[in-house]
Amino acid sequence: MDWVNAIVQGVLLGGLYALFACGLSLIFGVMRLVNIAHGDLIVLASFIGLAVAEGLGLHPFVCLVVVVPVMFAIGYALQRGLLNLTLGADILPPLLVTFGLSIIIQNALLEAFSANTRKLTGGSIEVESLKIVEGLSVGVLPVIVFVSAAAVIAGLQLVLFRTSLGSAFRATSDDPETARLMGIDNRHIFALAMAMSLAVVAIAGIFLGMRSNFDPSIGPARLLFAFEAVIIGGLGSLWGTLAGGVILGVAQTLGAQIDPGFQILAGHIAFLIILIVRPRGLFPRAVD
Amino acid sequence: MAHQTSGGGAYRVTTATRTSRIGLTVLLGFVVFLAATPLWGGRAEMRLIVEICYFLALAQMWNLLAGYAGLVSVGQQAFVGLGGYALFVFTIYLGVPPLAAVALAGVAAAVFALPTAFVVFRLRGAYFAIGTWVVAEVYRLGFAQVSALGGGSGQSLPLAVIRDIAGSRAGRDTAIFYVGLGLAVAATGLVYLLLRSRHGLALTAMRDSEPASESLGVNTYKAKLVVYVVAAAVTGVVGALIYLQKLRISPDAAFNVIDWTAYVIFIVVIGGIGRIEGPIVGTIVFFVLREFLSELGSWYLIILGAVAILVMLRARQGLWGLVADRWGLHIFPVQRRLEPRVGPDSG
Repeated sequence: MDWVNAIVQGVLLGGLYALFACGLSLIFGVMRLVNIAHGDLIVLASFIGLAVAEGLGLHPFVCLVVVVPVMFAIGYALQRGLLNLTLGADILPPLLVTFGLSIIIQNALLEAFSANTRKLTGGSIEVESLKIVEGLSVGVLPVIVFVSAAAVIAGLQLVLFRTSLGSAFRATSDDPETARLMGIDNRHIFALAMAMSLAVVAIAGIFLGMRSNFDPSIGPARLLFAFEAVIIGGLGSLWGTLAGGVILGVAQTLGAQIDPGFQILAGHIAFLIILIVRPRGLFPRAVD
Repeated sequence: MAHQTSGGGAYRVTTATRTSRIGLTVLLGFVVFLAATPLWGGRAEMRLIVEICYFLALAQMWNLLAGYAGLVSVGQQAFVGLGGYALFVFTIYLGVPPLAAVALAGVAAAVFALPTAFVVFRLRGAYFAIGTWVVAEVYRLGFAQVSALGGGSGQSLPLAVIRDIAGSRAGRDTAIFYVGLGLAVAATGLVYLLLRSRHGLALTAMRDSEPASESLGVNTYKAKLVVYVVAAAVTGVVGALIYLQKLRISPDAAFNVIDWTAYVIFIVVIGGIGRIEGPIVGTIVFFVLREFLSELGSWYLIILGAVAILVMLRARQGLWGLVADRWGLHIFPVQRRLEPRVGPDSG
């Protein structure tokens, strides 16, 4: 039963990783930008959530009402004011600028909030659990996180394939030059994509803060999990990203079941194995 | 300066310029001056110079990878850590003399680089960058599991091994100093010679346009693999030297992305990527900034990150690029130019 339990917990953990990942996947899909600061932005969202929750005495879920728009605005401004300047044929500028940004965010958070580990307290919902069968129960919070991940992905799919904004995203992704000829303002579209990415990051950050401890230094590890989920799932496929998150989560909980020290290592190794066996991921859509 | 002459004709292919001869002479003079440090300098000065040297060597290697081969790695700390641990394994468990172990650490790093390349070369561009980071994390977490090497808390170099470096403390300092200085000179010289060779022509072509160089017959995969393994080997030697100086190793320190990759990236970007002089200028700027700003703690890193972003956006060729392009300066000329046979400097 321990192993079944580990797998179930891993699947639910995968929901959180999928939330980390789909923002990364979205901006890569739209503008081929790999945001190295992605993990640090997740942690930034957790800290903004912490400030709002403590400042206004709100439940973390209620904080989403503030944190999501704030991160949306940060995303728009970041893309418009900085990252749009880096886009082009050369991959170095976006990579190095987001890398610099990652270091800046980490250290700014360190200045503002110190290196202490923090947590968002969600009250009774953190300890409530649902009993499935004897000896196997799941926490309510992890289930909420997983369902939210699925809902976010369904929402993103709707936006991408059912709205004119989604058409503009896909058009600029396919051919930015022609999209501009058709009257699309790429700078604005890219900024909206980053804004949406960070809105999802906001949700991920709040859930991260409720599910586990966090401190300013944990961003890069979240980036790696997000990246692994994207690659395992296959570039360009959001549902694939959810599957990738689940595989990563299960690998980690199974690793932890063998030895607590193996948790993160097992996830990385599962990722490397999949990279060797299926370099384009399990459900690839984009060719790049 | 050796000229590369081609055929008969009224022109010859040359790389050296007047400024490059002067520049290189000045630089070599400076190296000779530095080599005399043990005569006048104290322990602190020598340690600082060794530190500057190993950052320069790391920066030269990262520049070779990212600036020429298009391999933007965020995982070079993997090879610093592997080199450091190789030093401990070779000296403690195999009884290799410490200085020989430093050299062997490069071989060990190269051996690990091959399977690493097999995996990370499946990823392109920015994904390659994050892939190398994942592999470095695998090494970090892996070494934390090896209890014979101290596990997560690490271990110190035993006294017997330390005495093996040299009998006296002054002797050890001097030995480490010359290894460090030699390594910085060798890393710079290696990049220079590599770029002046046939392979360098291929690499420069790849830097400018990968598809174009491929169409001209450059085997880009092989060229990249060679560069990756060479950079890993030298980085491994540097890692061994670092931990020969520090005497204590732990996975979190040895595979630290900030210390061994972030700083190095900032050095190369600020100094000038894709130029041999870039890492030298960047290392000087880095240590000057550190001298003045290190008390600011995390603000130091914020400033460094911001400067790197600014340079990347406003002056992509880096500080050296600004100088070199304005006055046509090249200390390490790798560009081939045609010169009339009866040139101003052959008479």
